[in-house]
Amino acid sequence: MSDAETNIQNQIASADVVLFMKGTPVFPQCGFSGQVVQILSHVGIPFKGVNVLEDDELREGIKVFSNWPTIPQLYVKGEFVGGCDIIREMFEEGELRPYLSEKGIEPVDG
Amino acid sequence: MPMSTGELEQKIRQALPDAEIEITDLRGDGDHYAAHVVSAAFIGKTRVQQHQMVYQALNGGMGGELHALALQTDTPKTD
Repeated sequence: MSDAETNIQNQIASADVVLFMKGTPVFPQCGFSGQVVQILSHVGIPFKGVNVLEDDELREGIKVFSNWPTIPQLYVKGEFVGGCDIIREMFEEGELRPYLSEKGIEPVDG
Repeated sequence: MPMSTGELEQKIRQALPDAEIEITDLRGDGDHYAAHVVSAAFIGKTRVQQHQMVYQALNGGMGGELHALALQTDTPKTD
């Protein structure tokens, strides 16, 4: 396994909910990443943002790793859940919270 | 290089011949699209797998020449 892959696996394992994104949760640098941050914040789910703009190897590596051409990418307990469209659709259909509960992740009251 | 609506639809149809495809050019710039794709090939697949099938059809165009494609996939309604 390459260093890039090991790095990605370590990142995915570093928190229950990991969002590979452009920019940071506080300062997203792409509208699609920003939307997912907003949805996760709205649902009240703590997550770790990983800024792919800080690491070119990660930025390209995560696309290959997930077989997914775009960023953001959301991982929950090591499982790839989807990008912006899927997260938004799950949220709008009311599926996101039940999905997270099923994974043992509950919202935190802010 | 932007991709035309026709070209986009043709690529998806090549991979999913039965698909109902609805494409909207969100900004009229050939670079920001929304696509709704309905195909029986999606039955039994997760959303991630369904989207991967469409991205596969675009042959690496997504994230490359195609900057933004808001994608929604569904299976045919049986009613």
